[in-house]
Amino acid sequence: MTDDYEHYEAVVVGAGPGGAAAAAVLARNDVETLVLERGVDAGSKNVSGGLIYAEESAPYTVDGLFPDFREQASERPVTDYYLHNVAGDKVKTFDITDLHEHDTAWSDTVLRRKMDSWMAKRVHEMTAETGGGLLTDVRVNGLLRDNGEIVGVTCDELDPITADVVIAADGVNSELARDAGLMDWEEPEEWFQGVKAVIDVPEDVIAERFDVDDDEGVAHLFSGDLFEDVRGGGFLYTNEDSLSIGTVFHLDSLVAEQAEPHELLDSLLTHPLLADWLEGHYDEVEYSAKLVPDSKKVANPSPHRGRLLTVGDAAGQMQAQGPIIKGMNHAVSAGALAGEAFAEAQLRDNTERAGALYERKLKDEGVMGKLRPTGYRVASALGERGPVTSLADSVLTSGVGRLGVKLTGGLLERLYSSPRLSMMVPDTQTPYVTLPTVIAEELGERVDGEADFEPKDLASRIGDLTYDTDVGNPHIELQDTSMEASGAAVYACPVSAEDFGGGCYRAEEVKTNGSEEKRVSLDTQPCVECGTCAVVADTDWEHPRGGKGVEFEQG
Amino acid sequence: MRSVVLTKGVPDFREGQVSFDEDGHLERGATPTVMNPNDEFALQAALQTKVKHGGDVSVMSMGPPGYENVLEEAMSVYADDLYLLSDREMAAADTWSTSITLSAGIEKIDEEPDLVIAGFKTADGETGQTGPQTAWCLDRPIVTHVISMEIDEEEETLRAKRLVEGDVDEIETVEAPLPAFVVTDPEFSPSYRRAEHRLRHKRLKAETTERVENYEDHLTTWSAEGLDLDPDFIGLDGSPTIVSGVDPIPKAPSEREATMVDPDDAEAMNDVLETMQPLAGGD
Repeated sequence: MTDDYEHYEAVVVGAGPGGAAAAAVLARNDVETLVLERGVDAGSKNVSGGLIYAEESAPYTVDGLFPDFREQASERPVTDYYLHNVAGDKVKTFDITDLHEHDTAWSDTVLRRKMDSWMAKRVHEMTAETGGGLLTDVRVNGLLRDNGEIVGVTCDELDPITADVVIAADGVNSELARDAGLMDWEEPEEWFQGVKAVIDVPEDVIAERFDVDDDEGVAHLFSGDLFEDVRGGGFLYTNEDSLSIGTVFHLDSLVAEQAEPHELLDSLLTHPLLADWLEGHYDEVEYSAKLVPDSKKVANPSPHRGRLLTVGDAAGQMQAQGPIIKGMNHAVSAGALAGEAFAEAQLRDNTERAGALYERKLKDEGVMGKLRPTGYRVASALGERGPVTSLADSVLTSGVGRLGVKLTGGLLERLYSSPRLSMMVPDTQTPYVTLPTVIAEELGERVDGEADFEPKDLASRIGDLTYDTDVGNPHIELQDTSMEASGAAVYACPVSAEDFGGGCYRAEEVKTNGSEEKRVSLDTQPCVECGTCAVVADTDWEHPRGGKGVEFEQG
Repeated sequence: MRSVVLTKGVPDFREGQVSFDEDGHLERGATPTVMNPNDEFALQAALQTKVKHGGDVSVMSMGPPGYENVLEEAMSVYADDLYLLSDREMAAADTWSTSITLSAGIEKIDEEPDLVIAGFKTADGETGQTGPQTAWCLDRPIVTHVISMEIDEEEETLRAKRLVEGDVDEIETVEAPLPAFVVTDPEFSPSYRRAEHRLRHKRLKAETTERVENYEDHLTTWSAEGLDLDPDFIGLDGSPTIVSGVDPIPKAPSEREATMVDPDDAEAMNDVLETMQPLAGGD
């Protein structure tokens, strides 16, 4: 049956950093490689906070695979890193540059449209040499099986394709990982959700306000009571002539607090701390959102099945190491190791071994150890149980605890900068909200300042995005319209809000047989394809067809 | 598999580009000349044939030397080489003498093309005659209103879907022996279901984008003499069509008499009602 299909030695699905790295290594090893990207351009579907790391201990780095990456595809090196503990208008700032620089060869801010499309050009040139190449506007929609074995991929736009290896680098909402049973969309605890605004600011204004030269940049993190009780934090990164400002929250916490992600972003944008930086220059050019896997919980230790190898977000390889978030670097390492594993297996004439080889390399090269640190497992076993957390919280907020914070102010800054400790931080309210709030209350200084602008409302944020809507062919179907099953999407979806009719999800009063009840309704047109609703609501979730849906210009 | 695509330069009728004089006549001098928009589909059909079966795509046009830009535009879609049939003797031709000239041009190309492809009628003349007449001159089977097509190289046949408009639109599948003449419909859409075809398409597009930078290097110009054409059968002398006059279509008046009425002014609103009342019956 599969004999008539086109065949490539390797098919790589997705042209983000994981897919690009895999393809680069495969091509280098003369493996005939086809790369399929569903966006109109690589990067047009991709969003990240905007910091990419090159770790000293990593087996691969992006500039190792793509020379000139830093000169041509990234924005600015991050030379200073600060964490702001916030309680109301009191702020205590820690300099955590040491933690940021631990094991760091370099770290740059990036905008994904520019970065990924730059890499994709190189990937196409390299893979074309092998008889393959990179195609955009093609959505891989599932795995091709023969007698139950994975033998290739099926696509919306192309006839099925067989391959000796399929490397799924199709992102956080990987349809292939789910098709293979390597990922699911069940537990909100396993995910973060990030939203971001890119603000255009002239280069000279950035230089002056952030005290940076052309070849310098700065990262600021924010935590505390800025976001009420929602667990998470905010960030601000300097690009060449723009700022990436965003917030990242635990999805379960967003759901529990019924928080509106865009409002949390607004409370960061308008905080007094940011007033001087943004004064007269609030020119928001793009609003975006993304679901982020928590590798501590979902990084698959065995991310392969048959001929399918998953890399990057598709394999849950996103490390939240205390305040430091590392995703793209691990995707690069994993993608390259997957490519390397297949090339070696092919050389030994045993391509079936590629998956097992890849798994071993992830472990041996230390990638898996960073994604699922053992220290965290011990700490979380103790720290995430309710009573321990509430005890820790009440001690911290008591007089005794506050005294401790005062006495150990300098020590705390050092503790925050400890790479080992930061990997062990449990995901409770304590490190995100309580501790930073207490730190700021006890040690912080008042900041005065007032935002001289109103953040854009959700309607204009959606209105300013580019969409090519697949009319009559919605990519998400709501399976259960009851409030219990799907109501959380009304606020958790970053392009929906209560009492807002222009978003994806709405709660509507429906009259049936004389009684009234609330039902959830869905319009996929404004969808930014983050995948939040796939986790918090009862949906049948797919990506739009190739080239359709949202198109990010910044990413 | 060699294809020749016929194209024509037409006034750019897009808003902001086109100019009309006071009498509503087109101002040729003030309106840029562009490739006939429908010819894009003919080029897509030729490119699809090249992607799937190899060969070359030549683009041919009859017109003044200024038509080089039209051919340049065609090359930006896709062309391996360009032919311009240009001579004072060819000027003011109707569709019949144009067809004679084009068929002579096609026959002069070294290798006989398997496919000659034209777009569906031009934006200025709108006759839809040149394609079929050229096919008649070349003595080729013609398939018009083509919305998709595939070639069977072994059988040397063309299988095409045609959009037949009538009381009910129908899609008709027809087969024709090669060499043949094809007129694409504006609904034509190429189909690439294999990755290798999309990769080749991507490569060919990159090549033509590079080639268009120096399109003159790929351009051949032929005069009437070069085509060995009798001046009596081409241009104005060879045109049986006589245009006795051109009447502009009267435009709806763009200015109407209007009176501003304040909706809060009861008296004024009453006047409006009284004026409208007699019309309410629908008479």
